[in-house]
Amino acid sequence: MGTSITRRRRQELIIGVGLLAVLALLPLPIHDVYTRNLIIITVLFAGLAQAWNVLGGYCGQISLSHALYFGVGAYVSTLLLTRAGIPPTIGMFAGGALAGLMALLVGWPCFRLSGHYYAIATVVVGEIGFLLALNWDWIGGATGINIPYRRAIGDSWLWLQFRIDKLPYHYAALAFAAAAWLVAWKIEGSRWGFVWRAVKDDPVAARSLAVRIFPSKMAAAAISGALTGIGGAIYAQYVGYIDPDSVLYGQLSILIPLPAVLGGVGTLWGPLVGAAVLIPLSELTRSYLGGSGRGVDLMIYGALIVLVALARPQGLASLVGVRVRAPAGADDAATA
Amino acid sequence: MTLTFLLQVAVGGLLMGLIYALVAAGLSLIFGLMDVVNFAHGELLMLAMYATFVVWLATGLDPLLLLIPVALALFALGVAIYHLLMARALSVQFNRGMVQIFVTFGLAIFLRGAAQFTFGSDFKSVSTSLLANRTIDMGGIFVPLPQLAAGLVSLLAFAGLFAIGRTEFGRALEATREDREAVALIGIDRDRIFALGWGLGAAAVGIAGVMLATFYYVSPNVGATFALIAYVTVALGGFGSLFGALVAGLLIGEVEALTALLIEPSLKQVGMFVIYLAVLMFRPRGLFGTL
Amino acid sequence: MPPLLEVDGVSKSFGGVAANVDISFDVTEGEILGLIGPNGAGKTSLFNAISGEVVPDAGEIRLAGHRVSGLPPEQCALLGIARTFQVVRSFDSMTALENVMVGAYARHSRTRVAMAQASETLAFTGLAARADVPAHALTPAEKRRLEVARALATEPRLLLLDEMLTGLTPVEAQSGVQLIRDVRARGITVMMVEHVMEVLLPLVDRAVVLDLGRVLTIGAPEAVVRNPEVIRAYLGDRYAAA
Repeated sequence: MGTSITRRRRQELIIGVGLLAVLALLPLPIHDVYTRNLIIITVLFAGLAQAWNVLGGYCGQISLSHALYFGVGAYVSTLLLTRAGIPPTIGMFAGGALAGLMALLVGWPCFRLSGHYYAIATVVVGEIGFLLALNWDWIGGATGINIPYRRAIGDSWLWLQFRIDKLPYHYAALAFAAAAWLVAWKIEGSRWGFVWRAVKDDPVAARSLAVRIFPSKMAAAAISGALTGIGGAIYAQYVGYIDPDSVLYGQLSILIPLPAVLGGVGTLWGPLVGAAVLIPLSELTRSYLGGSGRGVDLMIYGALIVLVALARPQGLASLVGVRVRAPAGADDAATA
Repeated sequence: MTLTFLLQVAVGGLLMGLIYALVAAGLSLIFGLMDVVNFAHGELLMLAMYATFVVWLATGLDPLLLLIPVALALFALGVAIYHLLMARALSVQFNRGMVQIFVTFGLAIFLRGAAQFTFGSDFKSVSTSLLANRTIDMGGIFVPLPQLAAGLVSLLAFAGLFAIGRTEFGRALEATREDREAVALIGIDRDRIFALGWGLGAAAVGIAGVMLATFYYVSPNVGATFALIAYVTVALGGFGSLFGALVAGLLIGEVEALTALLIEPSLKQVGMFVIYLAVLMFRPRGLFGTL
Repeated sequence: MPPLLEVDGVSKSFGGVAANVDISFDVTEGEILGLIGPNGAGKTSLFNAISGEVVPDAGEIRLAGHRVSGLPPEQCALLGIARTFQVVRSFDSMTALENVMVGAYARHSRTRVAMAQASETLAFTGLAARADVPAHALTPAEKRRLEVARALATEPRLLLLDEMLTGLTPVEAQSGVQLIRDVRARGITVMMVEHVMEVLLPLVDRAVVLDLGRVLTIGAPEAVVRNPEVIRAYLGDRYAAA
């Protein structure tokens, strides 16, 4: 009986590797800067949504403070670069580590709260981070930080700076998304994955089976936060400029989980499918309809979110025949 | 810093707190009834403010005259939102908790876009009204009339909400809140109660919107700030507790005013957030929460 | 050697209502002990105290001589106390096998070992054919079995069954009885709360009767049912007439 699980997992890995190859080749025939940017952002969000999925999907904790971890990763790697001259390929792991630590710091008080109290508390924590960054001059305050292009070094993987051709950023984002996916795949087949889903479905029953709830949530938060932080660091290098309004703003904390939720929460493919549908749609509506601040893009985007959430509550991934875990899950999480 | 000045700030915080409380009351009502956090709550406030602004601009009617019409319009909107979206969101088989969050979030984005489409994204304000630019002198403390009126209207609205709580409808609300399955057995139409709950919650935020429009600018994003404060207020007071929302609103208004005065104006919200987190450490269900 | 479980003067009240008052009894290794009493007698409350969900106000509970009262449920589970719940609790986002694996991970951190252990336990409880079915799609009787399998996968010394046979058809209940006998044959001590007297009495070695939170009597099932106090308090006319 266990063989069916093993077989399924092997298939998933094969599909994952195949998809990685396709995504690696995808931007090659495309030279249009706009489309390439779209692909990079989509891949980045697939990774970010997967990172959120670890805590929000598998462990069922509806965290709305992921902008904070994203921002910490972006700021730490950027500050290490601009203030200490440490290359971002190292800095992003420092940023990830600190973001993970931040997630633990947030989790320590917040995981004592249940249901909506938890969700609201995470919103507030994220907002505190935003306001403090806005008022903290040493890290640039509201002005933000510009990441200068180092002419002496030129385009470099070590310094993650590419001016002539932005394609390498695609591979950086893809490596990040692949790593996040692999972490999720690994989790699904390991003790943590089972424990987290048990915590999500029924904490009382989980405890009766020797599951320690609080450390389990903390572990999920640390992994989720650290991955998100690394994503933030890559984003910072890609756009070359960060400020609280671009990497710490409250709405980002909803935009990060959105692909996971609409694609299929707590599933391996959900965040990917969600990002592939959602990000291009939102970018396209913004560029074709959002001109001169007309707001039509927001209307379409908002309506789309409502429609998908209502029509496919189990996620878009279920449309393409992906195995979707049954009810209860996140539902219980809201009250757990 | 003189005592008068301190009192001046405290009165300002009190009046703002009453508005916060009224915005939170609608949110708390809807949550208590059906375990839904309405992430479009701020956008309902924004719509009420625009409605006030538009009618004032077109007809010159004083915002105070618009209290009842706007409240009724918002009531209808709340009922419509329930029937069109929330009834469906509550009946999904998968991920119910998250679907609710993201349906109301999607609605918020939609409404923001609609406001931007209709009114543009610049700030508007109601510049003339019976109350505008007047202050009254209360023993050396100068109180702006719009804020004072808003505070008084908020108190009246709370009195109204408490009074509704004592009617048969209020008892039906309470019963539905406590046992969603059992109410069907005693002949309460759950769907109707939920819809009225949404209507009432939206009407409360509508009243707050009209009063806020007399002294606060309107823009498509104005809801976000107030919504965040409303979430904090509701969680601090305890989800589902009307009295809790009132107390927490006042507390937050004061903390905000004093943080701005004593620490740093740009950190005024950090003060209230920290107080909120500190209270939740000791009372994880808020000050008066039972749910 | 101390008895497997010692309940020593345990009292617990909730909001001024006494659920358990000075309850003392021992559970011998290898026996099946029935815990009976009318509704509100404090059976589930006592189960919750033994499994660590509630902390007794007074008294002590010891497993093999070591104090367990005051320890959280996850600790009690690690020490060898497993339980099922009166209202079935299953992990509905997982298959039957995955549900049981959660229990198996309590002793084995490697997935391969946990999966083998869980498969074996599923087979033991007669659910092998349902391994890959999502838990929410199981029948009520299967869900009860799944809870037993999940608890057994933690390799307990003592298994607490809370109304495991309630609500089942007679045929299902009979096979449930057989499962409990098989569990005991594995050397696991069983303590069970049950309402269906006809099924319970022939199954248990001893019965503890609770009434209004106190121990009314302890003894062999035949002796217990003849106890006039028990008849008055609980068993009612059917047995009184017999």
